[in-house]
Amino acid sequence: MTAPPTGWSDHPAARALAGRHRLRAWEPIPWLLALAFYFAFPKYLGFGTEVLVTILFALSLDLVLGYAGIVTLGHAAFFGAGAYTVGMLAKHGIWNEPITGLILAALVAALVGLGSGVVLLRTQGLTLLMLTLCTMALLEEAANLAHDYTGGFDGLDSLPIAPLLGWFEFNPLYPRTQYLYVLSVLLVCFVFVRTLVYSPFGQSLTGIRENILRMHAVGAPVRRRLVLCYVLSAAIAGVAGGVWAQANAYVNLGTLGLDRAATVLIILVLGGHGRLYGAFVGAIAYMALAHFLSKIYPTAWQLGLGLLLVVIALFARNGILGIVEAAVRRQHAPRVT
Amino acid sequence: MIFGVDFASMLLGGVAAGMVLFIVSVGLSVTMGLMGFVNLAHGGFAMLGGYAIALAMKHWGFSFVTALVFGFVLTAAVSAVLERALYARLYGADELDQVLFTIGLVFMMIASVTLLVGPENQPLTLPPFLRGQINLGIIQYRAYSVALIAIGIVIVSVLWLGFERTRLGAQIRAAVDNRRMAESLGINIARLFTITFAFGSGMAALGGGLGAEFLGLDPQYALKYLVYFLIVVAVGGLGRVSGVFWAALLIGVLDFALKKYVPQGGTAFIYALSILLLLWRPQGLFGARSA
Amino acid sequence: MIKRIIAIAAAALALGLTSAHAQEVKVGVALPYTGIGAEFAQLVDRGMELYLKLNPDKVKPYKLTLIRRDVKDPSGANAKIAVQELLTQDNVDVLAGWIYSPNAIASAPIVTAGKKLAVIMNAGTAHITNLSPYYVRTSISMWHAGYALGEAAAKILNAKTAVVGYTDFPPGKDSLAAFKRSFEANGGKVIDEIPMGGAGAVPDFTPFFQRAKDKKPDLFFVFVPAGDHAAAVVKTYAALGMREAGIKLIGPGDITQDTKLQAMGAAAVGLITMHHYHADLDNPENKRFVEAWKKEYGANTTPDFMAVGGYDGMAAIVHIAQALKGKIEVDAALEALKGWKFASPRGPIMIDPVTRDIVMNEYLSEAVMKDGRVFQKVIGKIDGVKDACKEQKIGPCASK
Repeated sequence: MTAPPTGWSDHPAARALAGRHRLRAWEPIPWLLALAFYFAFPKYLGFGTEVLVTILFALSLDLVLGYAGIVTLGHAAFFGAGAYTVGMLAKHGIWNEPITGLILAALVAALVGLGSGVVLLRTQGLTLLMLTLCTMALLEEAANLAHDYTGGFDGLDSLPIAPLLGWFEFNPLYPRTQYLYVLSVLLVCFVFVRTLVYSPFGQSLTGIRENILRMHAVGAPVRRRLVLCYVLSAAIAGVAGGVWAQANAYVNLGTLGLDRAATVLIILVLGGHGRLYGAFVGAIAYMALAHFLSKIYPTAWQLGLGLLLVVIALFARNGILGIVEAAVRRQHAPRVT
Repeated sequence: MIFGVDFASMLLGGVAAGMVLFIVSVGLSVTMGLMGFVNLAHGGFAMLGGYAIALAMKHWGFSFVTALVFGFVLTAAVSAVLERALYARLYGADELDQVLFTIGLVFMMIASVTLLVGPENQPLTLPPFLRGQINLGIIQYRAYSVALIAIGIVIVSVLWLGFERTRLGAQIRAAVDNRRMAESLGINIARLFTITFAFGSGMAALGGGLGAEFLGLDPQYALKYLVYFLIVVAVGGLGRVSGVFWAALLIGVLDFALKKYVPQGGTAFIYALSILLLLWRPQGLFGARSA
Repeated sequence: MIKRIIAIAAAALALGLTSAHAQEVKVGVALPYTGIGAEFAQLVDRGMELYLKLNPDKVKPYKLTLIRRDVKDPSGANAKIAVQELLTQDNVDVLAGWIYSPNAIASAPIVTAGKKLAVIMNAGTAHITNLSPYYVRTSISMWHAGYALGEAAAKILNAKTAVVGYTDFPPGKDSLAAFKRSFEANGGKVIDEIPMGGAGAVPDFTPFFQRAKDKKPDLFFVFVPAGDHAAAVVKTYAALGMREAGIKLIGPGDITQDTKLQAMGAAAVGLITMHHYHADLDNPENKRFVEAWKKEYGANTTPDFMAVGGYDGMAAIVHIAQALKGKIEVDAALEALKGWKFASPRGPIMIDPVTRDIVMNEYLSEAVMKDGRVFQKVIGKIDGVKDACKEQKIGPCASK
């Protein structure tokens, strides 16, 4: 075995690999935009908060889907677990402090993720997809049956969430506190996910996604890594659900439904999976379009949305970010000599 | 005697429900098994076909049987066109892009039908000879359910014969098992895909029309029942007609029995059941063991 | 000269402002225009529009502008955003709509914070009107029909046993509780309670109905959401030969919703329902209403109880526009509506001054064939029915 020739670390490929985790110049931009939105559109903060929660939820899905390659239609199970944890604790007068409530939500969701992950992640493909879906549907049905605790179909309304840090009230009509609160939670979780993804753990996930047999051959503890990834993703999804319940002071079966799970999957794929910011792009594109189209054409907006999905799927490989990346690559492509 | 009647009525009800599931899902199973394509718009074809059937009967006075044939042919044709024009572009693509595409397609189908026809349920009046009750010896039962069972048996037999005894069927089975090998043997895969896709969508249309009596028919049909179709396909194993058939029957009968004897469990049981079945046999009841 | 111009300009401006202010009343409408509730949204929407079309002199000199928002689904989240934006961006004077109870429940805190009158035109869970002091309901509470029917079943139909089948969500549970309470208070006995799936996809009712048939009750009381569920119920009842087995099918009028009734055909004959409205009611307002509806929307269409919810809701809104001279301030509006009486197509109605819920007649009807179509014949009537749940303060209806 000879040592690699000197100067290899100066090779552009090596430098690119080593520098992947560094902050790019444009990375603060989405956050500045989000902050600007707060000041520029004070009347749209309800909508804005909903978008931020969706971004967080889609981010959690990206961790399992984009990085570990687990396709799941049941991620709303964790969202709902977090939401109902916050909701039931608050409604039944047990606990209503928001920040600790989120930690509890994350824990409960992580437990659900652990329980289901250990059992389900033995399978793959369509089987895994259907298993995740059925697990989530089962949870939804359980929530419906336990309606004395969960409020059933009507849900738990007017959750008495304590003011943030004892000072900032959650106003239902002007959700200023909610918006900034969710934005902060999103930032914290994003930093966590980003660090995770570029860590050795994250690299091994990418390895598992790309070539699982090889990873087994190399001796990587594949199952354990997958389950851990699933649990972490579930925890973040639980935080998203918890923060949704707090911001809306409401929780119902919709948090556990197929509608929510399918929508977040579509959003992530639309934006571009495995790219962290795909969650941002997808959520904004999808929800902005749905929101504003439905104002102009209350009965026909689904047609426009469907058209967008079809067009993106046909002409982009990996969503909107895929289009952007392809364009950037074409610009920087080295000229053939 | 009472037990016999009870059991018989449960069996008949469950099998009839299972037959509808089978007829709609068989196309999905074969296309997913053959083409490896996740077609979530399959329910949309069932919905479109059902509408074609119901509207043909309502506005053009077609008889039930004529309308069924019409619906099958129309949907098969439309889906063939879509397959060549759009689906074919995504055959090599990431399955998530396929999901995105087919969901977008289904949204467009639902929105178009809502705009063109309206959001309300489409009533489908059965011909008189299929209404009412029929005497089966030990029990009087709903004529339509019995008819569905008969139709289902006919269809599965025809399909089985088609797959096992015809050249086309052999080609499809070969392509499902090993596409590259089949291709290298000179089988025209593209043509096979189109034919299979068209046929599968036509079957979905048939299922939509036949099942309208139980499941109703409105624009949301495309997504409402998609989960059940996917469950049947997953439990049955991809690409195998017999797998889908037995899975559909199993789920139909168990769902019926559980709803009748333990309705408090709601729909939970069918999901719990599916989980157990899929964990026990992840490749499906009749699917090939993965290499 | 300048002064005169300024004076005229100021007067014109003032006139323009006040007349514009007095002229236009903005009504924010939150309905599920897409998704599974689209059909119902259309009915309520048409009911509202028809009131405005039929009664232009009652509306003059005001102009009611409907600002529509799609709430998409019963999950509550979209309804909240829609109501929020109607209040903060469109600055509506009144809110209206709500098909699904979860949406009305989720919207309650926002309605309260927004301090605007909110007219509920369909959502039927009984305690909703307790959730915000600004909610007024012109549709129904599930207890109206259920409670009245329990009494009628025991007294008029002389039934001793009943099996109850209900869709497993709060309006269904409300219906069950209401019927059971009054049926058993009048000597009847509910021998089985069958939850029949959820409010989303229509299940195949055959297993549930088979179970009911096997219990051999006098009556089978069924509550399912109006629409496709109801159509499936009637079909399954006929298909299983339950009528021949001597089991009468009864329920709130949701199961014989006018828009589905004709499609059910002969299978619906013999159904006995208790409801506050159906299109065959014989009173002058209803005749006018149905005729205008058919003229406006097609001879093959028919209004139903949801349309009437919209119609009467709009009547209430126009009433307060007139009473408050276009300046809709919520406390004055509530005062104007307390005890408000109106001759509706469903008969005389009143808004209960204590609960802000509706007080109306309930009609016991039997479906018969007449002139080649299914006709609902009124065989009994109870005047001035209040929501028994809130009146007797049962469970969640006991106001906070």
